Amino acid sequence: MTKTIDARGLSCPQPVLMFLEAVKSPEDTQFAVLVDTEASRENVSRAAESQNCRVTDIQETGDEYHLTILRNP
Amino acid sequence: MTKNVLATRTGIIVVGAVIGILAPLLQKLGNPGNMGICVACFERDISGALGFHRAAVVQYLRPEIIGFVLGSLAAALAFKDFRPRTGSAPFVRFVLGVFAMIGALVFLGCPWRALLRLAGGDLNAILGLAGLVFGIWLGTLFLKNGYNLGRTQKTHAAAGLLMPVVMAGFLVLMLIFPQIEGEPKNDILFYSIKGPGAMSAPLLIAICAGLVIGFLAQRSRFCTMGAFRDFILFRQMHLLTGVITLLVVAGITNLVFGQFHMGFEKQPVAHTLHLWNFAGMALAGLAFALAGGCPGRQLFMAGEGDGDAAIFVFGMIVGAGFAHNFGLASSPAGVGPHGIAAVIIGFAVCLAIGFTMRKK
Repeated sequence: MTKTIDARGLSCPQPVLMFLEAVKSPEDTQFAVLVDTEASRENVSRAAESQNCRVTDIQETGDEYHLTILRNP
Repeated sequence: MTKNVLATRTGIIVVGAVIGILAPLLQKLGNPGNMGICVACFERDISGALGFHRAAVVQYLRPEIIGFVLGSLAAALAFKDFRPRTGSAPFVRFVLGVFAMIGALVFLGCPWRALLRLAGGDLNAILGLAGLVFGIWLGTLFLKNGYNLGRTQKTHAAAGLLMPVVMAGFLVLMLIFPQIEGEPKNDILFYSIKGPGAMSAPLLIAICAGLVIGFLAQRSRFCTMGAFRDFILFRQMHLLTGVITLLVVAGITNLVFGQFHMGFEKQPVAHTLHLWNFAGMALAGLAFALAGGCPGRQLFMAGEGDGDAAIFVFGMIVGAGFAHNFGLASSPAGVGPHGIAAVIIGFAVCLAIGFTMRKK
């Protein structure tokens, strides 16, 4: 199941806190994270790697980034 | 999407090292003792240069600060990272800026200067750094409990450019009304003729150092508050690695330049009141954590178009006015006559902000 996290307009560390909160639920294995600064994209990516997850795709549309994150099996 | 080399582990180490070399070098070239760079002190000096306070010993329109903002703008534009945004509780950020400055001036330095003071052998900085970490830890408790100032909105490119334009305007003022040897004022700008405000590296070198640091720090997201916050919240070492590098490299550079003098007593622009070194910086750390960045990082974010960060910066500049007009700022003689009251009020205000501004 994909969990969507809309962290647009929020600055550090909020996007990371939201992702870490979401990753706590073991039933969610895929996450779609929306952010709108490069710093947030980097921070969320770094947090994902620290949580046994991997960023599989980053779509850049306009000023936004859409990150797809998968929990490692 | 190009890979951001400066956002890697190696990148943040390089940035910490560059600041760790440039700051003691700026001190060697004329900046005050253990104050090669101090964002709080330099914004306080800018406040004085503009006449917002009349403490004659701390008035100089520090070019490093101008360079930080313009360097960050250049990096943001070069790497398509310029994102004009604003609207996340601006007045709250202004008030946090005011108390951040008051706390920093009770200690006598921003987090950068706390590191540089320690790197110069000033052991009083240990109390300041401990206070900083304590204040940031308090801030993380609020963050964990839903503290949030709300989302920013995208805004006009011109709105995002305002802060860099203001800083460029300050530079133009400095060129029109330059320092005159032995004169406390040139038309509208104040210039210290003694004290820390009278000690400065040459303008061209100062602005270039500011530009280089601003450029690198924007790309790397270097932030001293974030370093401790991320470690406390996530046990993440990324930014902290840069901060530790700054401390170590600045210490080595000071030893090379003969600027390392270890002890508590007779340190430049410092006092030895341990409790107030701790409490002042704890207040500042809490305010930085609630505002989402140390004073340096706020300048870099302001350069990349963040209007709320710009408001925090001006909160600090106005806070310096309060600090010196009301006798809140410390001096080597000790805390100001109303400094202790201001720290207590600052804590009350920041704690109230943390408790009441939560989103469930």
